Amino acid sequence: MDAIVFSKKDNVATAIKNLSKDQEVLVNFENTTLKIKLNHDIPFGHKFAIKDIKKESEVFKYGEPIGIATQDIKTGDYVHVHNVSGKRGVRRYTT
Amino acid sequence: MKLFGYKRNNNSVGFRNHFLVVPTVICATRTAQEIVNHVDGAVLLDNQHGCNHMKQDHEKVFDVLIGMASNPNVAGVLYIGLGCETIPTKQIAEQAKKTNKPVECLIIQEEGGTLQTAQKGIRLLEKMIRDIGSFEKTEVDFSDVIVAIECGGSDTTSGIASNPVVGYVADKIIDLGGTVVFSETTEIIGAEHLLAKRAINNEVAQKLLALVNKCEKSALAGGEDIRGVNPTPGNIQGGLTTLEEKSLGAIYKAGTKTIVDVLDYAKPITEKGLIFMDSPGHDVESVTGMVSGGAQIIIFTTGRGTPTGCPIAPVIKVCANPRTYQKMSDNIDFDASTVIEGKETISQAGERLFNELVEVINGKKTKTEILKHHEFAIYLTQPTL
Repeated sequence: MDAIVFSKKDNVATAIKNLSKDQEVLVNFENTTLKIKLNHDIPFGHKFAIKDIKKESEVFKYGEPIGIATQDIKTGDYVHVHNVSGKRGVRRYTT
Repeated sequence: MKLFGYKRNNNSVGFRNHFLVVPTVICATRTAQEIVNHVDGAVLLDNQHGCNHMKQDHEKVFDVLIGMASNPNVAGVLYIGLGCETIPTKQIAEQAKKTNKPVECLIIQEEGGTLQTAQKGIRLLEKMIRDIGSFEKTEVDFSDVIVAIECGGSDTTSGIASNPVVGYVADKIIDLGGTVVFSETTEIIGAEHLLAKRAINNEVAQKLLALVNKCEKSALAGGEDIRGVNPTPGNIQGGLTTLEEKSLGAIYKAGTKTIVDVLDYAKPITEKGLIFMDSPGHDVESVTGMVSGGAQIIIFTTGRGTPTGCPIAPVIKVCANPRTYQKMSDNIDFDASTVIEGKETISQAGERLFNELVEVINGKKTKTEILKHHEFAIYLTQPTL
């Protein structure tokens, strides 16, 4: 397995190894295994989208909202501070 | 699995025997250090405060200086004051004597300076240790155990693996009749609604929510959105995107039990079960508060790796990031990366960590103890005048 999803509500997965752009990765999700082609490199511990996420809709991890998408996010996109903002406030760092 | 500890005169149970030298003000730390240097078994509480505090901070410093000395891991205490500071050393010493443990107090201006105070302090401690004589451990119950749960230097592996593993242990401690305390008000923001649902009654739930509100408001009053410092740059490099994500991962470490009490910083822990204490995300200040409340052991999860400890309580470091575990193996006691690598389930790693906890309770030294990581800091929120 390449990444972890916690809840059927989640729309992101967390990489448990370094993953590369164009790689097809396996994610266990709702008793099935999803195969997702990555659009970016995803470092260990970082997240990517397992569903398309519309701008200004909620990003879910652990079955709970962790923030709002600040732009449209496509399945396989890297998900981090560049395209997600905390709902309860924003850290204005860039990576 | 049997537990052995030191029964104190006030019926509390310690798992270590420290003779604590407490400078009640920064001006007394050099003298206190000199005493500690000469006495085996003595530990310094490296206090950098103790003068010119406003009311709320004055109370916090007061509570911590009594609380650390009252902790059951402490067998005896020597307070060192300067004499002109605002924190009342003699009053603190009198309060600490209520624990029925030996407490001594010296005031540098009355003794005639660093050297004379140090000489007298060394003799007082030497006598205290001789008078207590030998220590014998007796079998104790899990209901005597208070474990503090902390995280510091988090990354995504904290929320995925090490916090859930610790949460498993937290639940088990409570099932066995023990107490677990967790803290870090800034790091439950975004998850406080889930914790409030687990409160034993509405009063406890409201107190928890009020602490979160107060924390956000006081940061704003200081001109800072609280999320301006959280997640930290290290958290972000580790893959954490928002404070909500960090908080949701962080609360796993407190397990799943009912929250029976919510305490202000450094106040005594009196209930059994799962307890929340107000503290900042600053891990040293947070650990200090919980140990002042009475916690004897700390389980501390980290993803990025941190060496910090506590002067009087063992800290068990747990890490689920395989790379950090390799790089920081000098400082980390327990490898939970097995969960990330699919070699162990959360409960298998949890059982292994529980066994480690029992061994540490019974005397196995943690890396923070071996390396003398005696970090100490008090959570202050007001300007020093």
